[in-house]
Amino acid sequence: MATVRIPSPMRRYTNGERQVIVSAGTLAGAIDELNRRFPGLSERLLDGDGNLHHFVNVFIDEHDVRLLQGLATPLGEQSEVSIIPAMAGGAARTQRAPRGG
Amino acid sequence: MPVERLRCRECGAEVQPGPVYVCERCFGPLEAYYDLNALRALPLKSRIEAGPQSIWRYVDLLPAAYDAAVDLSPGMTPLVPAPRLGKALGLRRLYIKNDSVNPTWSFKDRNVALGTAAARSFGYEVLACASTGNLANSVAAHAARAGMRACVFVPAGIERGKILASAIYGPTVVEVDGSYDEVNRLCAEIGEEHHWAFLNVNMRPYYSEGGKTLAFEIAEQLGWRIPSDVIIPIASGNLLVKIHRGFQELAAVGLIEAESSPAIHGAQPRGCAPVSTAFKAGTDAILPVRPETIAHSLAIGNPADGRYAIAAVKSSGGVIEDVSDEEVVEGITLLAQTEGIFTETAGGVTVAVLRTLAEAGSVDPDGVTVACITGMGLKTYEAVADAIQPSVRIKPTLRAFEDAVLVHTS
Repeated sequence: MATVRIPSPMRRYTNGERQVIVSAGTLAGAIDELNRRFPGLSERLLDGDGNLHHFVNVFIDEHDVRLLQGLATPLGEQSEVSIIPAMAGGAARTQRAPRGG
Repeated sequence: MPVERLRCRECGAEVQPGPVYVCERCFGPLEAYYDLNALRALPLKSRIEAGPQSIWRYVDLLPAAYDAAVDLSPGMTPLVPAPRLGKALGLRRLYIKNDSVNPTWSFKDRNVALGTAAARSFGYEVLACASTGNLANSVAAHAARAGMRACVFVPAGIERGKILASAIYGPTVVEVDGSYDEVNRLCAEIGEEHHWAFLNVNMRPYYSEGGKTLAFEIAEQLGWRIPSDVIIPIASGNLLVKIHRGFQELAAVGLIEAESSPAIHGAQPRGCAPVSTAFKAGTDAILPVRPETIAHSLAIGNPADGRYAIAAVKSSGGVIEDVSDEEVVEGITLLAQTEGIFTETAGGVTVAVLRTLAEAGSVDPDGVTVACITGMGLKTYEAVADAIQPSVRIKPTLRAFEDAVLVHTS
């Protein structure tokens, strides 16, 4: 059961909850789970291609997920997920998987 | 004037000005916008020229009202002709915008003045920031002036001069075991839980507008004309973006010719050059790096405004370049020994990149070039300690003087 810390600009989507416990095993799964409980939340995190917005930084146990495995990064039982606006710590685009063509 | 509205840079949603910094719709960054049509109708030039010798002469184009209780009078720093440096670089009309003479000796006072005025208007009692040093110095000084509490967070291991130049004003200085990017993340998390004004996080829509005043001053000091080229160091990229916007706003309100924009060039140290690397690769996808450079004030591995900086440089016809730490030291000594200005490592990066651009023909050798020197050298004297000529020690006799000194100076 990982803990996701919800930043204040997103709390209106979580009925004011500051922390949400999720059972998913990856970051992508956690975002799916959040979106089932709080519809609309995944659009705040993901762009039309399903990648993290370049102006949103996500950290798992203090590590930037772009330096881990991105959305596929596994979550442990004690993992803490932080969602942080990019102006506080960078605006790098998530690396995209190569596309065909 | 109070800013008219905040607008999301990503989705364009607009909100009323307030202590917010993130778009609630898409989570993008909010930025201040003004009623430029109303401003165009004002006698702006005479209002500015009748104003104080500080950034507050541009109050009509700034997001906070003047607040005497926090004013340390930043800005209106000298724009000095640099003929000897220009000759060394092959540039006929080079100027130095010497921002090392601000109240806490860096350009950050421009930002902090606005952010502090906004923070007080929103009722905050504690000023805070994540900083590589200069911002912390400025926040600590402004808090002292305003009688507010300050708590500044810096990465452990920055220059002692920068620690001391914060501590003297009496804030709590917190050295964090980690990189600047980690300090910044921590501060964002603290700001979520505690009602503190983090100048470069939750006050950012107001704070960041200070960079525009560099463009305003350069244009005014050139007689309401723009230079052909401007060189700006890149850390988060915000200063470059805001100087570019400053020139755009001057054109929009009719203070300079509408179509004119200087070529905006960016400068990074090679040991922390994520923006330069992306620019040269022809992409705006910036990959974070772990900084390894003596230019600590530019050591942001995950630059928040990097993409916007690349867009500004491209649209203005400029380039972004990076230089080695050895070249940074050469840049510091070259500026000091040709123009008598002792800058910190960020200024060394700027001068060294300007040299590279001049050699490559990327700046107009006959145009007006302005190099932005953003901070002063004593804060980072360690960087040049090994590069300077040692002093000559003698006995107090004429003979010793003639034997040991005259040979050096004749």
